[in-house]
Amino acid sequence: MNAAAGRLRLGGGGPAATERSREERRLGWMLCAPAVVAMLLVTAYPIFYAIALSLQNLDLRFPDQTSWAGLTNYKTVLTSSLWWTDVFNTAFITAVSVTIELVLGMAIALVMYRAIFGRGIVRTSVLIPYGVVTVVAAFAWFFAFDPASGFVNHLPLVPDDKAWFGGRWSAMSVIIMAEVWKTTPFMALLLLAGLTTIDAGLYEAAKVDGANAVQRFFRITLPLMKPAILVALLFRTLDAFRIFDNIFIMTRGAQNTESVSILGYNQIISRTNLGLGSAVSVLIFILVLIIAFVFVRVLGVRMAEGRPGAT
Amino acid sequence: MRHGSREYGFWSVGIALVLVFAMLPIVWIISLSLKSPATVGDGRFLPAGGNWTLDNYKTLFEGGFSGSPFIHPLINSIAIALISTVIAIVLAALAAYAIARLDFPGKTAILVGALAIAMFPQISTIGPLFDMWRSIGLYNTYPGLIIPYLTFSLPLAIYILVAFYREIPWDLEQAAQVDGATPFQAFRKVILPLAAPGTFTAAILVFIFCWNDFLFAITLTSSNASRTVPAALAFFTGSSQFTAPTGNIAAAAVIVTVPIIVFVLFFQRRIVAGLTAGAVKG
Repeated sequence: MNAAAGRLRLGGGGPAATERSREERRLGWMLCAPAVVAMLLVTAYPIFYAIALSLQNLDLRFPDQTSWAGLTNYKTVLTSSLWWTDVFNTAFITAVSVTIELVLGMAIALVMYRAIFGRGIVRTSVLIPYGVVTVVAAFAWFFAFDPASGFVNHLPLVPDDKAWFGGRWSAMSVIIMAEVWKTTPFMALLLLAGLTTIDAGLYEAAKVDGANAVQRFFRITLPLMKPAILVALLFRTLDAFRIFDNIFIMTRGAQNTESVSILGYNQIISRTNLGLGSAVSVLIFILVLIIAFVFVRVLGVRMAEGRPGAT
Repeated sequence: MRHGSREYGFWSVGIALVLVFAMLPIVWIISLSLKSPATVGDGRFLPAGGNWTLDNYKTLFEGGFSGSPFIHPLINSIAIALISTVIAIVLAALAAYAIARLDFPGKTAILVGALAIAMFPQISTIGPLFDMWRSIGLYNTYPGLIIPYLTFSLPLAIYILVAFYREIPWDLEQAAQVDGATPFQAFRKVILPLAAPGTFTAAILVFIFCWNDFLFAITLTSSNASRTVPAALAFFTGSSQFTAPTGNIAAAAVIVTVPIIVFVLFFQRRIVAGLTAGAVKG
């Protein structure tokens, strides 16, 4: 409860309090206005603009041929197999990397919470990926697996000439690993925050009742952490769905590893086809809305409990 | 409490795995940055016979301000991230102060809206921004990147600052005024020291986010006039057209990574607090 609200309660109802609350309301809105206007300008406005662009035949190589297109751009995108391949790739990378992150993140959170020594070392090392630029990490993993500069092919059991980026699934594995490396720390820290809210007395009581460590994890830890886990999953899923940096650096979408964001980039920037590219952008936006809707409505994530911060 | 040696062994292995996985790419890129074109493919972490070379670093800075492929992007990265951070923190601090301290309808909506914007797919704004920036002359300029960075910097800053500002005992300000301090003194001597650590933490995290951006940086810039390091790295061609720029990219990557890692480790307690602020309901 904040001080001002407390004061208002005490004052209660009188004309002076009403005057003060009106003043407070005005001040609150005034202070928030710049941030709110700025956020709307950089998101809501471009989205409407993108919708407008997506309804036109607009290719910057042929600006004189701009014309009204109606929904033909959407028809072109939705009937192309490339779009659906990219949607599959993005969903696949998202599902696999978020699942691995959840398991690894939970393990690391438990280590940070319960380890009998070395908690500081784990927390320190976990923060390293957080401070590394995604593009730099992508190059590091690329150079580690690339036969021309890597060490991976020199490891035992790995064929010396394995071309990791020459095949769809091997390239996809490296991309997913780089994603997991970069974003597991955030997951671990969010889950650690959830862990610390669990009443330690519950574990003691369960121990007295004879529950072993595995039972305690599945019967106490997991159910009580469900809200924290769902919020973390929502954030990481929507963030992973935007995957761009790792794919751009490692394959540029070659070997069928393209994500929807790479497709949008290729259409808008490389081919300067603003109409078609904007249709892709709007469709990505709709997909993100659907994912968010599923989390909020079906799984019951409470938005007000979440927070941004994933990279 | 006493622990068995088996338990120590279990935790040691776990901790060692986390440590190795976290450090691996960093160690590898540092190793590559110190190799010559002759040894870059040997797959070793430590070069045979201690054959280190600093050539990769030297060539990054050759040619001075205009000729070097790296100096200009490095300055752009620092300047753009700093300016973006200052703008986001100032705007967010005003809003966060209001949300944490004042009572007014719509503040929950603002927080949820900020959260929604944080999850916004940035690729969806690329087309409009590319089109608008080209027609109003913001394409390939500093503001052309600083403005879109608000999509992620503002929600992040608002969220962290609200969580921190809620913890501040604002009543102390009034207490100081009762004791005879002027409103300005009360703010400067009582509130500012309490709000500064949280604000600083938010600034660190916003800076890291801006420093990390790649999508806006490659779509809204076209030359080193405003290209930041991540974008410049993707277009590196190397010192000669016959050698792959692996060593140079690695050296540039080390230069932009090591200071941030040192910084992150130095402020790790604050960063963990900032990352998890507001994650738990309270």
